[in-house]
This record gives sequence, structure tokens and C-alpha cells, in this order.
Amino acid sequence: MRKDAVLEMHGICKYFPGVRALQDVDFTLRKGEIHALMGENGAGKSTLIKVLTGVYAKDGGEVHIEGVDGPAVIRSPQDAQNAGISTVYQEITLCPNLSVAENMYIGRTEGALTSWKKMNQGAGRILQDLGIPASPTQQLGSCSIAVQQMVAIARAVDMECKVLILDEPTSSLDEQEVQKLFGLMRSLRKKGVGIIFVTHFLEQVYEVCDRITVLRDGQLVGEYIIEDLPRVKLVSKMLGKELDDMADIKGESGGVAISREGAPVLEAHDLCSNAGIKPFDFSIRKGEVNGFTGLLGSGRSECVRAIFGADRVTGGKVKMDGKEVRIKKPLDAMKQGIGYLPEDRKGDGIVGDLSVRENIILAYQVMKGFFHPVSRAQAEAFADDYIKLLEIKTASADTPIKSLSGGNQQKCILARWLLTDPKYLILDEPTRGIDIGTKIEIQKLVLRLAEKGTSATFISSEIDEMLRTCSRLVVMRDRKAVGELSGEDLTQAKIMATIAGGDE
Amino acid sequence: MMTPVKNPEIKVKQPGESFFKRLVRQQLFIPFAALALLVIFNLIADPSFFAVTIKENSLGNPVLSGNIISVLDNASELVILAIGMTLVTASSGGQDISVGATMAIAGSVILRMVCGGQVTADTLQMPLFLAVLVGIVVTALFGAFNGTLVAYFKIQPMVATLIMFTAGRSIAAWINNNQLPIMNDISFKYAGTFLPGIPVPTPIFITAFVILLFWLVLKFTTLGLYTQSVGINANSSRLNGLDPQKIKLLTYVILGVCVAVAGFIRVSRSGSINYSRIAENIEMDAILAVALGGNALSGGKFNIYGSILGAYVIQFLTTTLYKYEVPSTALPAYKAVVVILLVVLSAPVVRSKMANLRFRAKAGSTAKEAK
Repeated sequence: MRKDAVLEMHGICKYFPGVRALQDVDFTLRKGEIHALMGENGAGKSTLIKVLTGVYAKDGGEVHIEGVDGPAVIRSPQDAQNAGISTVYQEITLCPNLSVAENMYIGRTEGALTSWKKMNQGAGRILQDLGIPASPTQQLGSCSIAVQQMVAIARAVDMECKVLILDEPTSSLDEQEVQKLFGLMRSLRKKGVGIIFVTHFLEQVYEVCDRITVLRDGQLVGEYIIEDLPRVKLVSKMLGKELDDMADIKGESGGVAISREGAPVLEAHDLCSNAGIKPFDFSIRKGEVNGFTGLLGSGRSECVRAIFGADRVTGGKVKMDGKEVRIKKPLDAMKQGIGYLPEDRKGDGIVGDLSVRENIILAYQVMKGFFHPVSRAQAEAFADDYIKLLEIKTASADTPIKSLSGGNQQKCILARWLLTDPKYLILDEPTRGIDIGTKIEIQKLVLRLAEKGTSATFISSEIDEMLRTCSRLVVMRDRKAVGELSGEDLTQAKIMATIAGGDE
Repeated sequence: MMTPVKNPEIKVKQPGESFFKRLVRQQLFIPFAALALLVIFNLIADPSFFAVTIKENSLGNPVLSGNIISVLDNASELVILAIGMTLVTASSGGQDISVGATMAIAGSVILRMVCGGQVTADTLQMPLFLAVLVGIVVTALFGAFNGTLVAYFKIQPMVATLIMFTAGRSIAAWINNNQLPIMNDISFKYAGTFLPGIPVPTPIFITAFVILLFWLVLKFTTLGLYTQSVGINANSSRLNGLDPQKIKLLTYVILGVCVAVAGFIRVSRSGSINYSRIAENIEMDAILAVALGGNALSGGKFNIYGSILGAYVIQFLTTTLYKYEVPSTALPAYKAVVVILLVVLSAPVVRSKMANLRFRAKAGSTAKEAK
């Protein structure tokens, strides 16, 4: 083992029925570094981490941990923890109804009696050390998501971990919270902890990481020092082809971005719902791609939910193709040719146990009606078409959708709505938590649809994504539409200013 | 789901294992295996178990008789209930424990109709189909009551149906003013015994008809997809245009209809009713049938044929135990032992272990051969 290394993995192999998830992968983590693990969905990042944390048994290779002679044996998450490997997952796995201190010590108290005072003091000290703005006796659920995330990290740190794995920790945080988290990560780095950072956000990698390991299709592409690997190179390593992602899309979008002549497909006046948004006006033309932007919680999702009838509409008028319509529930909207890809893929999008095929035909089937089931043969044909068209990676159309990776699940939901041949497609955060390659594919797809005359509303937390796809942006602030930007106003600076709400 | 493979080539060369694994993973593996075990046990213990003879029944007609006929006959009510219970389980992730009590209501309503309110009647006071129709409407309404509590008031199914479980038998008695009506018209008993000139018990035909009906419904409507979708993720289903509450309600109403048919078969077996004993504990067997069929009691995906098979397995077991003169008071204890075994074996944890064990053994032996 190298002297400065805290963790070394050699020749790790992992097979699933029919898939080689990891092939001969090496990974080295040094003391006091933040090491990004990058790769597209299905590249093997999660599998590697699950092997390391004992969730999966490896089929080959060795793991060496500092201070342990010979190969370490990790058969369960408990073993991993004892070996000094702690993991903080994307979804918070603590108990929101317990206090911060209880969460930090849960499962680690000795004996049947708990010294509350000692526990709270201990927790208070760690929180202070790490600069986490939470009190030990506070209920965890009352903290912001970022603080909860940090408490999870504090718990890991207190267990004297040598290796800290952060799996997509920033996907539900806003910019400020991300900065706080990075501050915490940097101070841990100083203390000599090795941090493995898994994320889809390129900016964040370049902001905080020292080194990058890239995986592709279960194989190691290479390990790089961050300075040696500019962004474009990283993307091309991940995708396995030379590609300037930014330029590629911009070039295509130039042609369709502005279509001011088309007739409005949907017009809404003073629309509001019970989700607490102020009445807003909205319209979209044939073949137009526009978007709602704003901070998390600004009401951008609630707006599109009101349009689709997903929340209870409490007022306002909606016209489709100039005719007034009533949209009270999703089915009404679907009958008007509206499709909606929801923000929460897991909770509102997929039907986990159903097969990819059933998930793809679901909306189409509902529109056909109860007494007109799609025949098995037809359903298979539809599913196969879209699996090919969108390059959905799945073992078969019969595979339960929940076993697919995030990006491929999202493609299935997209396929579901494309199958209904919508006039107007609403995509709420279609690119969240999925890999770069798929992100670009989805953006391109939206633009292709627009060329063919479909209108689309695209929502994303990443402003440059919106800039690449949308020709008009509605800016939301505090649950209110505060501005509309198009044409030359569509610049990062202008959008930021409108979101922030300085002088107008 | 994990299959530790030392060497990926082994897997490629050995499609045989995956066949065994597929078999074990098959949802119907456990009920079929249980049935096979029961059959083998009886074949060894006493092959005459399977003998089917022709006997004269009390009316002097030649009819088929034997344990197998008795299993098929007596399982009828359970099979019909298990079908409805499967749908309710799938859509709402819970079970209706009031089916026994509402069967009593159905029986009571039907008897009151055909007896015209008298305590004993020698002829039908009302066309039979009309009486059954009234029974179906009544229990469908009770099903709607349960379904409303579950779907719209979001009460846990077991708690919601506890109301009818408690009150059902009293309501059944109240319908007939606490009298025990007796129907002596022989044509009333056709449905529960034999049609003239036909040697096969009528409940077998009724059950076959119900199964066929549900096969058609599942084939020619989207009921199956909708109930599963709602049971797995109600939010997604709603955003795809479904009305999860309506679909849950619908499954409870369908179960109500099944209850009426089962109740009708039960009362027409004897032409009389005992409110506190009729279809006692049948709800537990119905739930068990769903579980034995490999369906998750937490809802979602279902296989209706698994439940049907499960119901027959339960009846087969009961009949076998009777055959070996297990006293009826001790019956539940014996049944419990078998049920524990079956349920543990059908648990996904155990089954994937079983599949892996076999897989490993084979993989190991081929590895040795290769050397």
C-alpha cells in the first residue's frame, strides 16, 4: 500500500446476471483529499461504493485500508463502519423526529442507560468544531435539508471515519447550502479525512475536488489531478467520445429558439391553485420551448402543476388553441394534449414494481380508456420502439422500472408522454440527478420535438441548461411570477438579477 | 438478487441453473409445490384418497363422490372470495376482514327474499335470480361502504372493515328479525348441491364461471393494470390520469359482489343459515389464499391465479386432515403448522436463498469438472 493512501482498491470485479458491473477497477484514496468519482449512470459508481460499503459482495479484487494488515474483509455496512468507512447518502437516512444529538449517537450508546447530558455535550462540541448551525437538542426535522445532511456527516465524522463517502449530497441543496457543505468538506480534508465525492454537478467537482477518477461501462478510465483535466476533457472521458457539450447544443438551438409567429397553444389567465401560488398569466406558442426559473421553492413547479391540474385549481381561465377549457384533474389536461413529467421521479413519476413496458404505455392506456386495453403485442411494439429511440438501457421491456438507473427511468417517463403524442409537454426538472450524457440527450430531444411543432415547458435548476433550450423564461420569486425574459435578455447575469430581485 | 459468480464464463455456459432459478422465482412455484406435496403425501399414505365413485345422493340421483370432488366443491366460496380479496389487496395494500360477516348478510338477504319473510317456506316466493341480484346489490353496497372508508377517508383497510366484521352478523340476524328461515324448495338447493341429472356439484360450475368471468375482465379491461398501478404508486397513477380513490372503491365493490355469490352458494348448500357460524373465519383463509399465491399483502403486483390455486391448496389441506380424522377442534393447529411452513418458504428472502444455494452447488460442481 502507498504511504499516503488511506484506501486502496485493486482489481475490483462485480457481476450481475448478464452484466459486468465492475471489471478490474482500481481506486486509490489519499489522506486529506477530496476525490470525485465520476461517470455516467451505469458506469459503476454506485456499484463500486456498494462494494466498498459491504452492501454488495465483490466477485474479485482486494480492498486495503490504512491500519489493517492484508486485504480488508467487508461483508456488511457494519463491517465497513468498523473499518472506518462512513457513507452519507443522497436521501437523508436519519430520523427527523429525534433530536440532532440523538441522531448522532443512535445505535452507538453503550449499555442500556443513556447519559443525555453527556450526549448533548458531545454532540454540541462536534457541531461547534465543524461549524454546523444546529443545536444538539433541536429536532432534526426542524433543520434545513442542508443542515440535516451536515448532521449526517457529523455523525460519520464522530465515528472516527478515515473514509467518508458522499453520494450525491448536493442534489437537494441550494447554492448557499452547497457552500456550507463545501466548507465542512474542506475542514474535514484538513483533518486528514479522505472524502469520496459522487456528484453530477461538474461545477462542484471543479470547485472542491483535488482528484478525479472516471469510470465508464464498469471499467476504469483513469485517475487525474484536477488541474490536468479541463471540463471538456472530463466530459469526453465520461462519454468516451470527443465532444464539446456546450457548443453542440447551442448550435442546434439557434434555429428554433425564436418562434414568435406561431399561434398560442395554451393561454392561462390568473391561474392559481391550492398550492399557494399567486395567480399568474402564461402562454406558449406552437413549437416554442419556454421555461420557469427561480430558486427552489419559488413556485415554479406549482405553476406547471396548476396548468396540468395536478394541484386543485382554484381560479383562472385556460384556453387551448383559443378555446376555453376546464382542467380540473390530470386526465382533463391529458385529453387536451398536455403531458407532464413531474419533478419527483420516484414519488410521482415511476410506478416502481411495474415493468418498463407497462410504465411506458400507462398514460396512453389511461387515455384510451378502461375498456380498451392495449394488446400485449402492441404494448411490446411501443415499448421496443421507445427503448430503441431513446436508447433506454434495460435488460428487457419486462424488467421492473425501479431496477433501472435514474436516467433510464427518466427516459421511460419521457417515452410514456411521447407515446401520447402531446401538443404541449411540461418537463419539470427532467435532468435532475441523471448523468451528463442523458442530460444532453434530453435537451436535444426537447429541441427536436419543438422543431416538429410540439410546445414544451422546461424547468431546470441549472440555468445554463435553460439558456440552451428555452427561448423565453418566466422568472418566479416568492411564489409569484416576477418577470419574463426573452431574446437578448436571456443571459445568465440578467436572469440572476431578476431572480434576486434587485432594481428592475 | 445477488448471484455470487466466481467466474463469469460459468454463467454463460450454464443456462440450466437459471432455469431452476426461474422456476423457484416463479410466483406460482410455492402453491404448486404445496399442492404437489399434498398429492404425493396422499398417494403414499392412501391412494384411495383420489378415488372418485358414483353414489346415489339423498334424492336418489347418481352423483360423483370422492375427496377430490369434495375439495373442488368445498373450495368454491373460498376461491371466489380469494379473487375479490386479491384485487382489494392489490389496490389498497390491505385486506377486507369483513367478508365472512357480509357473506352472512348476503345469505340472510337471499333467504329472506326467497322465503318471502316467512320462517319456513316450501316454495320460492320470488324468482331465484332476482333474490340473488338483491343479495349482490346489498353486499356491493357494503363493499362500497368499506371502500369509501378506505379510499376517501384513508382509514387502514383492516380497521375500516373491522366495523362490518363486528356488525355484519348482527345485521344479518336483524334482516330476518332474528328468525332462522328455512327454505325447503329443492330448486333453491340446486346451486349449492346438484342440478338434476348432472353428477358434478354445481358450485364447481359456478366457480369455474366466476374464474372465467375474471379472466375475461382482466383480458378485456385495464382493471389489472390500474389496480396494480394504484397499489404501487397512487401519486404517479393520479398524474397519469387515473383516479386512485375510484379504483380502490371499485375493487371493494367487486369484492362485495364476490361475497354475495359465495354467500349464495353457502346458504343454498343447506337452505338455512346460522348467523354466528356461517362462513366463520373464512376471511382468514381468503387472506391466506392471497398470500399463498405469492401475492404481497402490502399491495401492488398481483397474480389472481396464484390466489385461486392458494384457495384450493387450503381446501385440499383441510380435506386431507379431515380424512385422517383430525378432530375439527384440533384442525386449526395442524393447519397452522403447514401454513407457517408454506409462508416461510414463499417469503422472498428464503426463496432467493434457495435459488442461490442450488445455483452455487451447481456452479461449484462444474468448476470442479472443468479442472
